[in-house]
Amino acid sequence: MIKTVASSTLPVDERLEIRKNRILPLRPAKKSKIFSVVTGTHGDELEGQYVCHRLNEILNANREKLTGIVDIYPALNPLGIDTITRGIPMFDLDMNRIFPGDVNGTMAEYLAAGIMEELSKSDFCIDIHASNIYLREIPQVRISEDTAEELLPYAKELNVDFIWVHGAATVLKSTLAHSLNSVGVPTLVVEMGVGMRITESYGEQLVEGILHLMGRLGIWQGETKEVRQPHLSDNPEEIIFVNAPASGIFLQETSHGESVCCGERIGRIVNPLDGKVLAELRSECDGLLFTIREYPVVGEGSLIARILKTGEGKK
Amino acid sequence: MRKQTIYQLNSLYRDNMKVTGYYYGKGEPAICIVGALRGNEIQQLYICSQLNKRLKELEREGCICPGKEILVVPTANLYSINVGKRFWPSDNTDINRMFPGYRLGETTQRIADGVFEAIRHFHYGIHFCSFYMSGTFLPHVRMMHTGFEDLSLAGDFGLPYTIVREPRPYDTTTLNYNWQIWETEAFSVYTSGTDQINRESAQIGVEAVLRFMAARGILRYGGGGRHKTEMLWEKDMSVVKSDCSGLFMPCVNVGDMVEEGELLAEIIDPYIGEVRKEIVSEKKGKVFFERNKPVVYSNSVVFRLV
Repeated sequence: MIKTVASSTLPVDERLEIRKNRILPLRPAKKSKIFSVVTGTHGDELEGQYVCHRLNEILNANREKLTGIVDIYPALNPLGIDTITRGIPMFDLDMNRIFPGDVNGTMAEYLAAGIMEELSKSDFCIDIHASNIYLREIPQVRISEDTAEELLPYAKELNVDFIWVHGAATVLKSTLAHSLNSVGVPTLVVEMGVGMRITESYGEQLVEGILHLMGRLGIWQGETKEVRQPHLSDNPEEIIFVNAPASGIFLQETSHGESVCCGERIGRIVNPLDGKVLAELRSECDGLLFTIREYPVVGEGSLIARILKTGEGKK
Repeated sequence: MRKQTIYQLNSLYRDNMKVTGYYYGKGEPAICIVGALRGNEIQQLYICSQLNKRLKELEREGCICPGKEILVVPTANLYSINVGKRFWPSDNTDINRMFPGYRLGETTQRIADGVFEAIRHFHYGIHFCSFYMSGTFLPHVRMMHTGFEDLSLAGDFGLPYTIVREPRPYDTTTLNYNWQIWETEAFSVYTSGTDQINRESAQIGVEAVLRFMAARGILRYGGGGRHKTEMLWEKDMSVVKSDCSGLFMPCVNVGDMVEEGELLAEIIDPYIGEVRKEIVSEKKGKVFFERNKPVVYSNSVVFRLV
């Protein structure tokens, strides 16, 4: 059952509609739990498209195993997805910085308020993001430290490889996830893959995790698989950032998602004009390479990699 | 006048980006003026160029007060200006959402850090900036209610209005907010226009800054044109929205007085030219902000009245 949750008219003969698909159990209870899956806030993040498609496919074919309501929102920013634009075209602010929205605000804030109103009725929400076009991420859940106690048990059921509990930054208070958590809807933010691409293996991994979590929440009675034991970090000192010391072309030499040893070369930055190697980037610890640069052109300071310290480096 | 590179970013194929500062006078760091942090802030760049022109003359005439140093940074983002992009060309990030910056961080964090390091110790900070909604303003001073602000100083610009607003979460990474946190008395000054140069409005901005410097004992300057400043909270301004989309045809201009019931704009059907909606003022007031894009979405803010 497809429903428009927020809409606005565009200048020339077009309507902007944010839609969801509601999948009902064959025998709905009087007060069924609502489990929402949202994605597409950033128009260049497409990994969630695959997850939404597979969930629709699996749940529609197995409605007899469904014991709650599942709402799937594949495109919170339809204009962005259609125009390969991260934000909302013709609107300066990041859509994930305007929640909970404002019915008296700009068009984007008005739409955000409509989305919030609808999602606030959920009992649980998963907000799926990809990385941007520059970086590739392993499947992970990111949790603000002020919601960690409540959300960590759920995150561990989601079949991801990594859970990153980060500091509570003021700027993140205007995200969809923060707004939903603030109104009592437990919301997990998933980050995986890379912008403008779909990594099917990550998508399948997350679908298995979502079904597993739905099972734990009493919404799904279908078969689920054992989930992975994720790495967990709640200490900022365990996360090592590797930034480009020079502008050039980055050539990757290690595998993403694998362990790296202290001193191991992650890659090089080269200058194609004269053939010189401008920098060699090495890991300063033993750890898990959970973020890697995907887009080869780098400027001074560009993020190249993030490594989670493991072994003796981990406190 | 002393010209100095306050921050440099090296590039693979482009000329290295040098952020240039223009210093006047010697002594305590009294006031810093920053122009374009975004690539389409051409008006803000132009204002700084005109300010530099005036300060150079005034310095030659011995008008800079002894023991006071002035810094003007026309832009920290010439890479975007030169390729016609609003945000950072390679990753579309906004330098004015990166303050106070991070020396070991990503490119725009490093630029923000490098620039902020050079400007954070000034007593007063003025940023000529642009709004996130496309439109034209009456020239005004804009301040955030952070708890560090001194609203009484805003009147020294001699502009007709000072607008005060509560900061939103994303404001905490702007230059203005971080200046305040680092104990600089910070002001954002808005003039009419961003992408296009408005000479008259730019002159108003230049004069306002010179008046402020004179009032704060930084410059000996007797320029006129001073207004008594009215202090307004943004939340108390009257917002006029369009509840339908189409072509936006304003009937009034920024600065016009309008009566209750007066026609402010028409929204035209883009195919058949019929008027879809007449936007009428619900109260008497002055047009403070006007949208300047010819197409409009429904629920868009098209005017603000004071």
